[in-house]
Amino acid sequence: MAHANNHAFAHEGGHDGHHDLEELRKFGFWIFLITDLILFSTLFATYLVLHENTAGGPDAKEIFELPGVIVETFILLTSSFTSGLAVLAMNAGSQKGLVGWLIVTILLGASFVGMEVTEFLKLIHEGHTIHSSAFLSGFFTLVGTHGLHVSLGICWITALIVQLSRHGITEVTQRKVHITSVYWHFLDAVWIFVFTIVYLMGVM
Amino acid sequence: MRGEASVIDQIKDFASWFFVSGDPLIYGADVAIALTTAAIIFVLSYFGKWGWLWREWLTTVDHKRVGIMYIIAALLMLFRGGVDALMMRTQLVFPDMKFLSPEHYNEVFTTHGVIMILFMAMPLMFGLFNIAVPLQLGARDVAFPFLNSLSFWLFFFGAMLFNMSFVIGGSPNGGWLSYPPLSELTGSPGVGEDFYIWGIQVSGIGSLMTGINFIVTIVKMRAPGMTWSRVPIFTWSVLSSCIAIIVAFPVLTVTLALLFLDRFLGAHFFTMDGGGNAMMYVNLIWMWGHPEVYIVVLPAFGIYSEVVATFSKKRLFGYGSMVFAMLSISIMAYFTWLHHFFTMGSGANVNIFFAISTMIIAIPTGVKIFNWLFTMFRGRISFTTPMMWTLAFIPCFVVGGMTGVMLSVAPADFQFHNSYFLIAHFHQVLIGGVAFGYFAGLYYWWPKMFGFKLNETIGKWAFWIWNIGFYVCFMPQYVVGLDGMTRRINSYGWDTGWWAMNFTSTIGGFLMGIGFLFQVWQIAHSIKFMEKDTTGDPWGARTLEWSIPSPAPLYNFATTPLVTDRDDWWEEKERIAAGKMPKEKPKLEPIHMPKNSPIPFIQSICWFTVGFGLVFHWLWIAIPGFVGIALTLLAHSFNYDTDYYIPVDEIRQTEAKAGRGV
Ligand code: HEM
Ligand SMILES: [Cu+2]
Repeated sequence: MAHANNHAFAHEGGHDGHHDLEELRKFGFWIFLITDLILFSTLFATYLVLHENTAGGPDAKEIFELPGVIVETFILLTSSFTSGLAVLAMNAGSQKGLVGWLIVTILLGASFVGMEVTEFLKLIHEGHTIHSSAFLSGFFTLVGTHGLHVSLGICWITALIVQLSRHGITEVTQRKVHITSVYWHFLDAVWIFVFTIVYLMGVM
Repeated sequence: MRGEASVIDQIKDFASWFFVSGDPLIYGADVAIALTTAAIIFVLSYFGKWGWLWREWLTTVDHKRVGIMYIIAALLMLFRGGVDALMMRTQLVFPDMKFLSPEHYNEVFTTHGVIMILFMAMPLMFGLFNIAVPLQLGARDVAFPFLNSLSFWLFFFGAMLFNMSFVIGGSPNGGWLSYPPLSELTGSPGVGEDFYIWGIQVSGIGSLMTGINFIVTIVKMRAPGMTWSRVPIFTWSVLSSCIAIIVAFPVLTVTLALLFLDRFLGAHFFTMDGGGNAMMYVNLIWMWGHPEVYIVVLPAFGIYSEVVATFSKKRLFGYGSMVFAMLSISIMAYFTWLHHFFTMGSGANVNIFFAISTMIIAIPTGVKIFNWLFTMFRGRISFTTPMMWTLAFIPCFVVGGMTGVMLSVAPADFQFHNSYFLIAHFHQVLIGGVAFGYFAGLYYWWPKMFGFKLNETIGKWAFWIWNIGFYVCFMPQYVVGLDGMTRRINSYGWDTGWWAMNFTSTIGGFLMGIGFLFQVWQIAHSIKFMEKDTTGDPWGARTLEWSIPSPAPLYNFATTPLVTDRDDWWEEKERIAAGKMPKEKPKLEPIHMPKNSPIPFIQSICWFTVGFGLVFHWLWIAIPGFVGIALTLLAHSFNYDTDYYIPVDEIRQTEAKAGRGV
C-alpha cells in the first residue's frame, strides 16, 4: 500500500511545476474559446433575425461587393496557414523561422483589417452607417467584432514577438505561440461563417 | 463681471445635473458616503494600515482572501438592497403616502433587483466558491490566481460604478432587466441606463472569467486519487453552475453591448424605428436571465447537500442522482427561457414547448429534495445553524417550486403575469432557496475562514426572525397577486382591498431587516468573544477542507493529500478511530506559489474609468481608461516573474504554529 502511495506522489511530482501550469493555461484558453464562440453565435443570431429589416434602405445585395471580400478571405486563410508554419518552425527549434512566419502572419492580418476598414469607410461614405437600419447595425457589429478580434490578435502576436526575441523559445513562450495560433485559426473559422452567412447569402 | 457670473452659473448648472439633487434621502446618502469615506481614510492613516491593506488585500491572489473580500462586499450590498426593499415596502403601506414618488419608486425597484441578484447573490456565491472549492479539491489554489483576483476587482468596480448612479447622474429606472423601448434613449434619456449597462458589463466579464477559472480548477486540479465519483458534492454544484455561467454570460455581454450601441451610436437593434426588434432583446436577456437563476441556486443545492450529510453524520443519499440532477438542470435551464414572456405573443406551440420544458425541470429538483430527506432519515441530526437554514429551506422550496409550476402553465400565466403572485414566487425561491443556502454556507465555512465559530444562540434568533419575517412578508403577496395587484406600482386605491395584505407584508419585510441586524450582531459578538477553533474540524465534517488547520495556511495543504474515498476525511477519521494507521504522508517539499500582483486592481480601475467615461459620453475619460487596460494587459504579458517557492522550513514552522507536526 505504502508503495502505491509513493508511486502516486511521485507521479504527482510535476503537479506544481511549470509544465502543468502551461497545460492548465492551454485548457483554460480552450474554454475561453467556447465562450467566444457563444458570443459570436449570439451576434450571428442577431444578424439573422435582423438582416431583412432594412427600414427602406438598401439590402445586402445592393451594397456588398464580393470580389473584395473574396480577396480578404483568401488573405485570412493564408495567414492561418502561415501561423501554422510558425508553429512548425518552432517545433523544429528554429527561432528565426518562427519569428519570420509570425511576422508574415501579422502582415497578412493587418492587410485583412485594412481591407475591412476600407470597406466600412466606403459604406459610411455612401451613407450606409450603423444608424441606417437594423440590418446595417447587425452587419457592422458582427463583422466589426470579428475585425476587432483580429486586430487584438495582431497586437498580441506583436507583443509575443518581442518576448520571443528576449527569451527565445521556452516552455512559456511555446505555450503562448500555441495559444495565439489556436486563436488565429479560430478567427479564421469564424470568418468562414461571416463570409458564408453575411456575404454569400447576402448577394445570393 | 458678467462673464464670471455665467461661469459660476454654468458650474452650478453642471453640478445640479451631475450630482443627483432634490431629495432629502439622497442628501442623506451623500453625507453618509462622505462621512464613511473620511472615516475609512482616517482610520487607515491613523493606524498606518495603508501598506498592509495594499500588500495583504488589494494585491492578493490568495483565493481565501479573495473569497473573504467577495463576502464582505456582498454583505454590504445585501444591506443596500435591503434598505431599498424596505423603502418600497414602506411606500406600499399607505398608498397615498408621498414617501417615494413614482419615478423614485421605479429607480428603487430597479436598483434593488440588480443589486440583489448581480451584486449580492453572485459575489456571495463566488465568495463561497473561493473559500471552499480549492480546499475541497485538495488544491493549493485555483487554476488562475491572477485571473481570480482580476475577476473580483472587476466585480467590485462594476458594482461601485452601478452604485454611484444613486448620487451622480441618476439611477436607472427601467426594471432590473431593462427592457427596450423603455431602456432606449427615447424611454430613458438620462445616464441611469448607461450606468446599468456598464456596471453590469464590467462585473459580468469578471463573472465569466470566474466561470472559466473554476471549471479548469475542478477539472484539472483535483488531488491525486480524486476520481469524478469522489468529488465533493458542493464542488459538483460549482461545476454545474460554472458550465451555466460560461454559456449564459457571453449572451449577456452581447445583449448589453448591443443596447449600448443603440444608445451610443444610434444603432437599431431594439429600437421601435429603423427596423429594430425589441422582442429580440427580451429573448436574449432571458437566455441569460433564466440560466442565471439556476447559476445562483445550484451552489445553494450543493451547500445543502454538504450540510445535510455533515450534520446527519451520514453519507449523502443518492450522490450519483444528485450529480446527474444538477448537471441536467444546468443544461435544461437553456430551454425554458421563454416562460418569462408567455404573454408576449409567441404563439401557442412555442408556449407549449416552453411550458413543458419548464415543468420537466421540476423533476430533478424533486429528486434532490428526496435525497436530502433520505440522508436525514435515521441520521444522528444535530441542529446547528447551518442545518437549521437547510431544514427551513426544504418546505420553502417545495412551496416556491409548486408556485413556479403554476406559473409555468401558460394559460394560467396569462392571469398571474406581472402580478404580486410572481413577486412572491421568485422571492420565495431566491430568498428561501438562494439566500438561505448561502447563509448556511457562510455559517458552515465561517470557522474555516476565520478560525472561530459564529455564536449559535444569536444565530438561531436571527434564523427564526428571518423565517417568520419571510412568511409574513411573502405569503400575503400570493393572495394580493391573485387579487389583481400588479408589480411595480407605488400606489393603489383604497377601494381595491389590498391594504391589509400589504400592511402585513411590510411587517414581514421589516422583520427580515431585524433578522439581518441580528446576523450583524452575531458576527460582531463572535469576533469579540470568539473561541478559537484549534481542531480545524469543529463540525466533525467529511470533506478535505476540514483536514487542515483553520484558517487554512497560505499554501492550504502542507503535502498534497492522496484521496482514496468519497468523503475522504470522514473515512480517514473512521479508520483512525478503528485503530488503523493514518494514511502515510509524503515528505515536505518546497511549495510553488503565485506572487501577489497590483495589476488586477489597477486594471479594474481602468475598466471603471472606461465605464464612467462612456456613461457620460466623455471620451476624454474613456480613452485613457482603454489605454490603461492595454498597458496593464501588456505589463502582465511581459511579466515572467510570477511565482516563488515557500521553503520547507517555513512550512514546518507554519504547521507547528497551527499545532500540527509534519
Ligand atoms: C430581504 C427581503 C426582500 C424584500 C422585503 C423585497 C421586496 C421587494 C419589493 C417590494 C419589490 C418590488 C416589487 C414591485 O413593485 O415590482 C422587489 C422586487 C425584486 N426583488 Fe426583492 N425583496 C427582498 C429580497 C430580495 C432578494 C434576496 C432578491 C434576489 C436575490 C430580490 C430580488 C428582487 C428582484 C429581481 C426584483 C424585481 C425588480 C424589478 O421589478 O425590476 N429581492 N423586492
Ligand atoms: Cu425562468
